[in-house]
Amino acid sequence: MPADLNLRLGLPGSDQSDKSNKRSSPETAEDTASNGVPAAKSADDHETAPAPKAQIVGWPPVKSYRKSTAKKAETESGMYVKVSMDGAPYLRKIDIKLYNGYSHLLTALEDMFKLSIGEYSEREGYKGSEYAPAYEDKDGDLMLVGDVPWEMFMSSCKRLRIMRGADARGLGCAQ
Amino acid sequence: MCLFQSVMNYFPEEVLEHVFDFLTSHRDRNAVSLVCKSWYSVEKFSRKKVFIGNCYAVNPERLIARFPRLRSLILKGKPHFADFNLVPHDWGGHVYPWIEAMAKSRINLEELRLKRMVVSDESLKLLAKSFPNFKSLVLVSCEGFTTNGLAAIASNCKFLRELDLQENEVDDRKGHWLSCFPESCTSLVSLNFACLKGEVNAAALERLVARCRNLRSLRLNHALPLEVLQKILVQAPQLNDLGTGSFTHDPNSETFIKLKNAVKNCHSIRSLSGFLDVNGRCLPAVYPICANLTALNLSYAPGIFSNELTKLIRHCKKIERLWILDTIGDKGLGVVANTCKELQELRVFPSDLYGVGNAAVTEEGLVAISAGCPKLNSILYFCQQMTNAALITVAKNCPNFIRFRLCTLNPIVPDAATNQPLDEGFGAIVQSCKGLTRLSVSGQLTDQVFLYIGMYAEQLEMLSIAFAGDSDKGMLYVLNGCKKLKKLEIRDSPFGNMALLSDMGKYETMRSLWMSSCQVTLGACKTLAEKMPRLNVEIISENEGGAGEVEARLDDRDRVEKMYLYRTLVGPRTDAPDFVRTL
Repeated sequence: MPADLNLRLGLPGSDQSDKSNKRSSPETAEDTASNGVPAAKSADDHETAPAPKAQIVGWPPVKSYRKSTAKKAETESGMYVKVSMDGAPYLRKIDIKLYNGYSHLLTALEDMFKLSIGEYSEREGYKGSEYAPAYEDKDGDLMLVGDVPWEMFMSSCKRLRIMRGADARGLGCAQ
Repeated sequence: MCLFQSVMNYFPEEVLEHVFDFLTSHRDRNAVSLVCKSWYSVEKFSRKKVFIGNCYAVNPERLIARFPRLRSLILKGKPHFADFNLVPHDWGGHVYPWIEAMAKSRINLEELRLKRMVVSDESLKLLAKSFPNFKSLVLVSCEGFTTNGLAAIASNCKFLRELDLQENEVDDRKGHWLSCFPESCTSLVSLNFACLKGEVNAAALERLVARCRNLRSLRLNHALPLEVLQKILVQAPQLNDLGTGSFTHDPNSETFIKLKNAVKNCHSIRSLSGFLDVNGRCLPAVYPICANLTALNLSYAPGIFSNELTKLIRHCKKIERLWILDTIGDKGLGVVANTCKELQELRVFPSDLYGVGNAAVTEEGLVAISAGCPKLNSILYFCQQMTNAALITVAKNCPNFIRFRLCTLNPIVPDAATNQPLDEGFGAIVQSCKGLTRLSVSGQLTDQVFLYIGMYAEQLEMLSIAFAGDSDKGMLYVLNGCKKLKKLEIRDSPFGNMALLSDMGKYETMRSLWMSSCQVTLGACKTLAEKMPRLNVEIISENEGGAGEVEARLDDRDRVEKMYLYRTLVGPRTDAPDFVRTL
């Protein structure tokens, strides 16, 4: 591997690489010298699996306040669940936390899968719709979306499934 | 000259004072005080605003003796690299002694602005009690206080106009500090508590906003939901500057519709920030006010998709200052370039600080901005890669940069197209931008870039260097060439004793020099300290048993891990912790 990006403390070496448009990826902590300076870098690194972010203290130079705010946002965010639709070849994934209620979620699902879901009613579920949204809860049971309060749904929903309306009859609390 | 002087001396002091009142810049007032004794005296007693860029360059007693009638003080504490965890906790920068001294001397303090200082609750309480006319507190990147300190300010400062907390680490005790503003407080013009993590009493806030009819600037924190924002906007449609808290809701809900209507009524909003938690589908609520926005900060808004960002930005034709995350992508920057023709300052922050995702901006975005925004003069740009060609183009397009800070996420990445160092690119920047006062370089860089900087960057006042250069020559080029250099901060670069000691007098013309993980030895630092008594040369160790132990281990020939030197009128500081040794 060419050592063209070898960081040294003397005069620049004459090693040249004729690679074009390669990006270096940062090395891990084990590869750094005691002062945190990354050692030999290879332009090939980005071809393999992405290297873990370098453990260089204070790089990139982002205020620690900004870092801790971003970290908080990252750890707090994300309730990703898989969404399958009967008949569709592959699944999607959505972050339920982004939605503020059932109507918001259902509109998004309609957008995503280009279909219409229709009105929910406690008595009749999504009667008359071509499709009905269901979800798998913590116990593994298939439930109709909309029966329980939104917060409860958010914490118990493990997976979403958009079923054909015909198949969805029989789900739901009352019926 | 003689005639002029005698004519001027004929004027009574009140006239001189009145004339000096028109001088607003610190530099002008400093110059004026050097003219003659009587001008010095008049200026001294009429000076109301004082700026101290390094709190250890002077001390409170000297400040008060020099400017006994001061009303407004700006103080800066820790070195800049403290922002990036390079300075150990407890290094210093305490504000308490300053407040204590001013209180004792009955200074009529009205304004205090602090940056990178340690502010204890005790100091805030003392501040609140000691200055009956206190009007404005601005804390930037400070730490050490809790919401209890804020409660003291709220309770006691009867004429408080401004409480502005920017990016501080505050221990939120979840107290009711906001409720401590008495019902009689109606003077608030500016209130920014976006950096607080805890709950605030929404009802108290709404009442406060309702009775402060002069409120122009309000920045909420994350804990306040959209409902509260909506109510506040109804009470305060006169706001100029708004920081939303959380901005997420069901876009079909009644609350959201009410919010949209409230926003439409806010014709004066020119600056928008916050979105600390945001649902992209809620952004259209702010479209009606985008046309008049001059400042927009979305850099704390997690997870907005690029297309939602660009849709928003298309409405913002008058933007002059834009802070965003790199999730906007090169394409999104292209939209900015096409839309924001008034843009002066752009900051693009990295979104992915912990993962290994691909950062979304490259040299392309920067070039697009430089081509589309002729008024651009200040940039902070975190990017995955850069090329010399791009920088050369940027330099041609934008000769008006005063601040140019480029940060490649890999600190020593070379030109992405040619694999060469980025010397030529930065060289073009300094050559073209004759007014450049602040520069941060990154990427693979040799001594050559410093040759260019020394040669061309005549107005440069602050330079940040990391993982760059080959030899002492690099640092020498800078020290010899940049006549106006005030702050130099260097990390992880091969500069050593020869460069450090070549022109020791230079450091007295500068505010400070920081060198960490370089090649300077203890012996050289000692030499420097000995020869230059008006500099404090601090050796900062990691907190391992204190400097005493470290001293025993360190030989004059050993490299010093962290050195911070600064000019000072008052000798070694008395509050240095164990791990800081002033030579």
